[in-house]
Amino acid sequence: MPVTFFTEEHELLRKAVRRFAQEELAPHAEEWEAQGDFPNWVFTRAGELGLLGLTYPAQYGGQDADYFATIVFGEEIGRCASGGIAMALAVQTDMATAPVNKFGTDEQKRRYLAPSISGDKIACLGISEPNAGSDVMNIETTATWNGDGWVVNGRKIFITNGYRAHYMVLVAKTKRDGQVTGHSLFIVDTDTPGFVRTRKLDKVGMRTSDTAEIAFEDMHIPPDALLGQEGEGFKHIMWELQGERLIGAIAAASGAERMLEGAIAYAKERQAFGRPIGKFQALRHKLADMATKVTAVKELIYYTAHRWNSGEYVVREISMAKLLSGKIAFEVADGCLQVFGGFGYSMEAPIQRGWRDTRLNRIGGGTDEVMREVIGKLEGL
Amino acid sequence: MHLTNPPYEVAFPDNFEPAETPYELFTEEHHSLRKMVKVFVEKELAPHAIQWEGQEDFPRETFRRLGELGLNGMKFPEAYGGTGPDYVAEAVVIEELTGIGSGGVAADLGAHRDLACLYVHNFGNDEQRKKWLKPGISGQLLGALAVTEPGAGSDVAGIETRAVPDGGDYILNGSKVFITNGSWCDFVVVAAKTSSEEGHGGISLIVVEKGTVGFEQRRMRMLGWRTSHTGELSFQDCRVPKANRLGEEEGRGFYQIMQNFQWERLSMALAQVAGAARIYEMARKYALERKAFGREIGHFQVWRHRFADMASEIEMARALTYHALRMFVHGIPCIAEVSMAKDLSADIAFKVADECVQVHGGYGYMMEFPAQRAWRDTRLGPIGGGTSEIMKEIIGKSLGL
Repeated sequence: MPVTFFTEEHELLRKAVRRFAQEELAPHAEEWEAQGDFPNWVFTRAGELGLLGLTYPAQYGGQDADYFATIVFGEEIGRCASGGIAMALAVQTDMATAPVNKFGTDEQKRRYLAPSISGDKIACLGISEPNAGSDVMNIETTATWNGDGWVVNGRKIFITNGYRAHYMVLVAKTKRDGQVTGHSLFIVDTDTPGFVRTRKLDKVGMRTSDTAEIAFEDMHIPPDALLGQEGEGFKHIMWELQGERLIGAIAAASGAERMLEGAIAYAKERQAFGRPIGKFQALRHKLADMATKVTAVKELIYYTAHRWNSGEYVVREISMAKLLSGKIAFEVADGCLQVFGGFGYSMEAPIQRGWRDTRLNRIGGGTDEVMREVIGKLEGL
Repeated sequence: MHLTNPPYEVAFPDNFEPAETPYELFTEEHHSLRKMVKVFVEKELAPHAIQWEGQEDFPRETFRRLGELGLNGMKFPEAYGGTGPDYVAEAVVIEELTGIGSGGVAADLGAHRDLACLYVHNFGNDEQRKKWLKPGISGQLLGALAVTEPGAGSDVAGIETRAVPDGGDYILNGSKVFITNGSWCDFVVVAAKTSSEEGHGGISLIVVEKGTVGFEQRRMRMLGWRTSHTGELSFQDCRVPKANRLGEEEGRGFYQIMQNFQWERLSMALAQVAGAARIYEMARKYALERKAFGREIGHFQVWRHRFADMASEIEMARALTYHALRMFVHGIPCIAEVSMAKDLSADIAFKVADECVQVHGGYGYMMEFPAQRAWRDTRLGPIGGGTSEIMKEIIGKSLGL
């Protein structure tokens, strides 16, 4: 069907992800949100269901599927009703493991990628630092060559899965003989001496996800911890960010769509002044506007994903999809909260969580402002 | 999110076969067509835009020139001189004609192809098609569509023009406003009440030819689209043969109009997205030339970010519009998607035009610069072809509200 990218196989996958999210995860959402945590079996169960390696090679346990399988996963997993879980899984499937699959050696893939696909090893990604978030070029963590390995010193912050992770893919500035050789990626086991989890961060939303601040104190790692080419880490991480932004865009847009569906259903039921509030024209037009924007941004994402899936390095379109989906999702979350009135403001209603969780989309994976810089520069400005 | 699109009320014309278009809408042939139209527009039309705007006029000959190049016939069968049906090719023509830089010229050319000729083709019989469509495609005859009236615009069911049967004729009385090509068309497809039935039932489409006794055409002046021959029509005891009615049955007009709205609105969305991209480019070019405080103003961060927003929104509107176009050529009911595309692209085009005026500063406010024209011309988007408010009503309905 040329008007959609989704084949019958994709639809089967959609059903499976939906069932997992709605039946196995959503019933725990309230409890996990209150705890600010969720159990690791979520990873192993997702692994069992084959959901953690959709686009990865079969030889490491993946499904060898196309990018639209990732889209299906991104669209459906959010039905677990807890943004933090969806994000934790996306970090596992499309952020931290992506560079391992793309740049790793066979040995690295067997040690890290395969157990990540099965859900036995949890991954995290170390980019942001207290003094450098979007500005990756100016990170301060260093990895210094000491003759038989690397000694890492520095700090990372806002690390999703940082507490539960078995390994981290981290970016550091490499140094040899006092000279900086550029940025490089490393895979580090989190039980390496010198890998210190300094604190767990408390957040406005995405509360089930664990977010860590990490310190590296003279952490010694072997030569084969290097991922990809020495000095090419900046490029590698810029590549990783494209996939991260695209899955982020999908999560944001599909989250907005679900919130909107909920608000529309409520507007049909809730009565005021003798009729369902959705029959009031002002509200109907507001909902129509939101539906238009959600439909539009989804089409932008599909178009972008189609090109990404064909192997095009579509930084401009990915940045646009990320920027607009974040903006629209938060606008929709706020508009939907309004539809729910007083109930929307109550902590018992799920919409407030959507509202809090969605706010992150305009910050994480590169802020709105950074997206505009990227797009503006590609436009020659 | 489920959008409920009602099925088409009127059967598609006999030559419309749902196409199996891949996601990439445009084939090699379409790319060649695009190049051809682009060269034509750049060489023969765009250079005159400023002069035509000043005169608030452009030559009728332009329709014939389009006919010679085959550009009026993309949607129509060979039997009447067309090369279609290929709605994707029509989309290419629509997008490229925005390069004229004069909304009014593109509007007149479009109202002829995408309204008047399309109605005659979709609802007319062979004889009617030979009489108006064939010379319409060649550009010999110029057509218009007249639905809107002083007392009924978006509310089509509320029109008051009457066509009272009288033997083999109808006697028409009433008036129409805001009719693109109205003041200089050779034939006009008129929506009129052929029975006293209230609401949707009593409307029929009847072709009235220039020179018919009692039919008068007057031009209206507009905020934008100044080259367009938009007019007011009046019918006073105007006798028209019943053979001029489009459609075998009387009283199908409302549904015919509703069906053709889909293409009209889609064509507007296509033009608005392509137009927005051109206006954006005009603004971007200026921002990279104009210096202030020692550098190009486009390199100030605020402008860079505003351009990033505009570029993103244009890309999003295009993705939505192409989605609707894909559904349309597949024969899938798409009223909601088309309405969304029309509404969103109209807003974005006007916003981009407003930013274009802003980036030009004082020059943007001057009549000798094209920025103001883009701004005035794009203001029509949220009004014409069904207002934005009507689009939102349709979308709301598709959401079950």
